[in-house]
Amino acid sequence: MKLLRRASATPLWRDEFSVHTVDERYVNRRQFAKFLVLTSLGMLAGQLWILLRSLWRRPSAHPARLVAKAGEVPVGGVKLFNYPGPDDPCILVRTAEERYVAYSQKCTHLSCAVYYEAARGRLECPCHEGYFSVEDGSVLQGPPPRPLPRLALQRRGADLVAAGFEGEEA
Amino acid sequence: MFGYEFYVDPSRCIGCKACENACAECDTHRGTPMIHVDFLDRRESIATVPTVCMHCDHPTCAEVCPADAIKKTEDGVVQSSLKPRCVACSNCVLACPFGVPKMMPRLEQMMKCDMCYDRTSEGRRPMCATVCPSQALAYVTPARMAAERRQAPSNVFQFGNQTITTKVFMMLPPDQPAVSVDVVDYMWEGRP
Repeated sequence: MKLLRRASATPLWRDEFSVHTVDERYVNRRQFAKFLVLTSLGMLAGQLWILLRSLWRRPSAHPARLVAKAGEVPVGGVKLFNYPGPDDPCILVRTAEERYVAYSQKCTHLSCAVYYEAARGRLECPCHEGYFSVEDGSVLQGPPPRPLPRLALQRRGADLVAAGFEGEEA
Repeated sequence: MFGYEFYVDPSRCIGCKACENACAECDTHRGTPMIHVDFLDRRESIATVPTVCMHCDHPTCAEVCPADAIKKTEDGVVQSSLKPRCVACSNCVLACPFGVPKMMPRLEQMMKCDMCYDRTSEGRRPMCATVCPSQALAYVTPARMAAERRQAPSNVFQFGNQTITTKVFMMLPPDQPAVSVDVVDYMWEGRP
């Protein structure tokens, strides 16, 4: 701060921590301009940091993992599993003979676990009555702001394999 | 009140403690007086002296405050510590040459005389000066003081190497030089 200060007989602490109420409230043009410039520089540095981070960091692909054997889940049945981490619950639904879908089980509203309502063909969140389409995970009704994240399923022989989320780079 | 000054005359104090009680009546700090009446030397004399804040031009209490909690307003009144800032470190208590600030451990805050800022800022006299029966504490115009008293008011005090000028005046005996008075010696010895 000494570099930015005009030469003065009074020590810096007397200026910075004046005992007078008037001085404490008073902000002169130079101080205001200094404040603007320094905060702008801070904002710029922050933006640059975010930019550099996003350039350096490649999105990490989730490893493919076996979810179920082909005949394991009956038509209209579900299987719960965790993917990609042990604390990320997911739900696999077999909607037709050859059609499987899998979603994250966390409701996008407040992370309650959704369950499959087979009679109406939709996923229901019981906490606040949010409903998701079982076909694509889109919100049908209720407070959830976004569709459920959908898992990319792959058929490898007799195995169903989850390989990341849809909309992400694999 | 413009043109009015605060005068302290210890020689007039009769130790009735009316000022202490009047001060404690105030709604801003009810029950806790911000003025102290002390015996000068109880064994030798019954003389008492009231201690109000002298409101220094360069308040030592505010200058040593690490939390920037003591502020001086434009009219020259050094305010009590600001509650959100005071860290109860007692630096001001130790630094004040007049021994004015007192730490309130119950509140964890320093509180001191602010010349009844709620009253004087709107043109009324400080509570202690209104009740003092002998006018050892007087809030009057300098002209009236000069007309009514033999003593000379002084607001310059010398504490070792530190020279302090204050807003509040101390009345000194007429033969005493009005400047550079060793107030500590004056107060503790109890004689001119």
